[in-house]
Amino acid sequence: METSLLLFLLLAPFAGFLFNVFFGKKVSRNVSGTIGTIAVAVSFGIALNFFFQINSTKQPILIDLFHWMTLGNFDVSFSFLLDQLSVLWLLFVTGIGTLIHIYSISYMHDDENLHKFFAYLNLFIFFMITLVTGSNLLIMFIGWEGVGLCSYLLIGFWYKNQDYNDAAKKAFIMNRIGDLGFLIGIFTLGYLFSSVDFTTIKAIVASGRTVDLGWLAFGTLCLFIGASGKSAQIPLYTWLPDAMAGPTPVSALIHAATMVTAGIFMITRLNFIFDLTPTIQMVIAIIGAITSLVAAFIALVQNDIKKVLAYSTVSQLGLMFLALGLGAYEIAVFHVITHAFFKACLFLGSGSVIHAMHGEQDMRKMGGLRKYMKVTYITFLIATLAISGIPIFAGFFSKDEILMVAFHENKALWVIASLASIMTAFYMFRLLYLTFFKEFRGTEEQKHHLHESPSLITFPLIVLAILSTVGGFISFPGHSWLNEYLKPIFIGAREEHHLDSTTFILMGVAVVGALIGIGIAYSNYIKKSQVPAEDNEITGFSKVLYNKFYVDEIYMAVIVKPIYAIASFSKNFIETALSGFIFGLGKVTNMVGTQGRVLQNGSVGFYLFVFVIGTASIIAYLFLAQ
Amino acid sequence: MQNVLQEIGINNYIYLSTILFCIGIFGVLFRRNAIVMFMSIEIMLNAVNLLLVVFSTYHQDAAGQVFVFFSMAVAAAEVAVGLAILVGIYRNIHSIDIDKLKNLKG
Repeated sequence: METSLLLFLLLAPFAGFLFNVFFGKKVSRNVSGTIGTIAVAVSFGIALNFFFQINSTKQPILIDLFHWMTLGNFDVSFSFLLDQLSVLWLLFVTGIGTLIHIYSISYMHDDENLHKFFAYLNLFIFFMITLVTGSNLLIMFIGWEGVGLCSYLLIGFWYKNQDYNDAAKKAFIMNRIGDLGFLIGIFTLGYLFSSVDFTTIKAIVASGRTVDLGWLAFGTLCLFIGASGKSAQIPLYTWLPDAMAGPTPVSALIHAATMVTAGIFMITRLNFIFDLTPTIQMVIAIIGAITSLVAAFIALVQNDIKKVLAYSTVSQLGLMFLALGLGAYEIAVFHVITHAFFKACLFLGSGSVIHAMHGEQDMRKMGGLRKYMKVTYITFLIATLAISGIPIFAGFFSKDEILMVAFHENKALWVIASLASIMTAFYMFRLLYLTFFKEFRGTEEQKHHLHESPSLITFPLIVLAILSTVGGFISFPGHSWLNEYLKPIFIGAREEHHLDSTTFILMGVAVVGALIGIGIAYSNYIKKSQVPAEDNEITGFSKVLYNKFYVDEIYMAVIVKPIYAIASFSKNFIETALSGFIFGLGKVTNMVGTQGRVLQNGSVGFYLFVFVIGTASIIAYLFLAQ
Repeated sequence: MQNVLQEIGINNYIYLSTILFCIGIFGVLFRRNAIVMFMSIEIMLNAVNLLLVVFSTYHQDAAGQVFVFFSMAVAAAEVAVGLAILVGIYRNIHSIDIDKLKNLKG
């Protein structure tokens, strides 16, 4: 029963993929989209079923499909593990996935390759399910690579634009660097534990058997490199903002809500081994904090609506890694979930705006949209409040808990994270004000076309806005359902943070910080009616920020250019020398042949003469040599 | 046999062989008729055979004479093949002048 349910869960999106690949072009556009959506909705239904089952029985379900391979004493079976963590992930992957599929039916309606779009989205959901339900690292790796592939395909979906293709390649290559780390991490764990199975490794760690901590630290560091590739952390984060080249539903689903959280999922999955290596945890926390700050800085001055959201995603992922590094896995998971709600809502809202603006993404050309797009405005406002950390909205609870943990563990990290949060409030409200308030700044023609999006687009927005509002209550401070629910995935008891006066003071500080950020945005963009300067008028530090700290340029100069230099050196010198040598050999042979051919004059008499002379000289030589 | 050798002297046999061999070589080098060249080769072969027999007698060792028998048998086979080739050549170009065999000119 459970096996067949799992197969349905896994194969429904795959069936949708196959259908859209082979028949998508033949059926009408709506049928193609509907089938893609239903495929994911089926998975969502099954995931819900599993969720309720596991929530009541508290027993993880292990489904062993078949034995995969044996290498010496190293066994890998093709099996799937449904426990508290993976089911939770399944819920929001398939749930938000369904909403975004619904949204895409309308958003992508005029695209000629609609069926391909749904095929890729379904394939993505399939791989994402594989990633979260795999019971060992190798199956997780299959999903991990698969989602990377789908990400590549979808970023480059509008393949006729070369910039988009470059963005897709960049994402793929950056991820590949991380994947190498992940793979080495898997091998290291396999070497240390003779197994890559989560349950087995957990049992070994729980039994207290000693392992080589040096190698383990190497392994966890490599795993973290893998996670930082997929989840866009320093130094591998630059692909994510570029990934906004893909259609907006893709940005919402893959590059905000689900795939980029895979790194967090993996580290939470293996929390027990990360707990053994405090140094690496510290590295993770520091990198997370710095990433959140750097990305927030860059987001302050971006003018492309999706770029702002992309950097805010990087920043929020940084906060999650901060929580992971401080050992507060359940809080990171909590923030993943609330972030999935409000960031999907923000991205879909920005998609709705872009839809109304006929593809315009520059906020300087927007403004005043709230009059024309009521639903989009209200849902966007709710999600913005949530990400800024205003009380009762989901983001407040999760972000506040991260700040609280940081405050208890390391004050410096707390300061960095708080700064990032204040900036988040600022740039999100900057985005809101520039887009929805004041007068419209676009052309008359665009103004004439402004309209609220159809209900297929607004429906997911409303659902996500509701979730962004109430989502925080799953881990209410002091009485956390989520912490209780996630307990079985950890070894031993978890430390509880009790509500005390410090907690409330910190909450107050966080809220005041957010309000300051909002206040600055209000005074700049509403009171003073500022509009960000044109690209060539940006000066000083904001120019550095606008150009994203020149990180892309630095990578270009430090990594890409030297590789090109080596390549051109190889081409111009080494290849020339080698081919010169090879061609030289050929030429010499050819020449000897041309000359030697004259000796073959066909006269038997001449041959005999040469033969006799030759024999005579050999004999003469033998005599003389004696 | 020993008497024959004592009466005439081994040197004379060696001279004879050498002369025969040289006649053979010059025949091969300077005649253009394939059959004559063939005969010259046979003369060279038999010069060597003669020398083998002489040395075999000189050393009182029958192995050399046995070897000559083999050599003659092989030569007979060789003659058969060689003549067959000559017949083949004649059928093709109606001549056995080897200067006309220049199809293999490189």
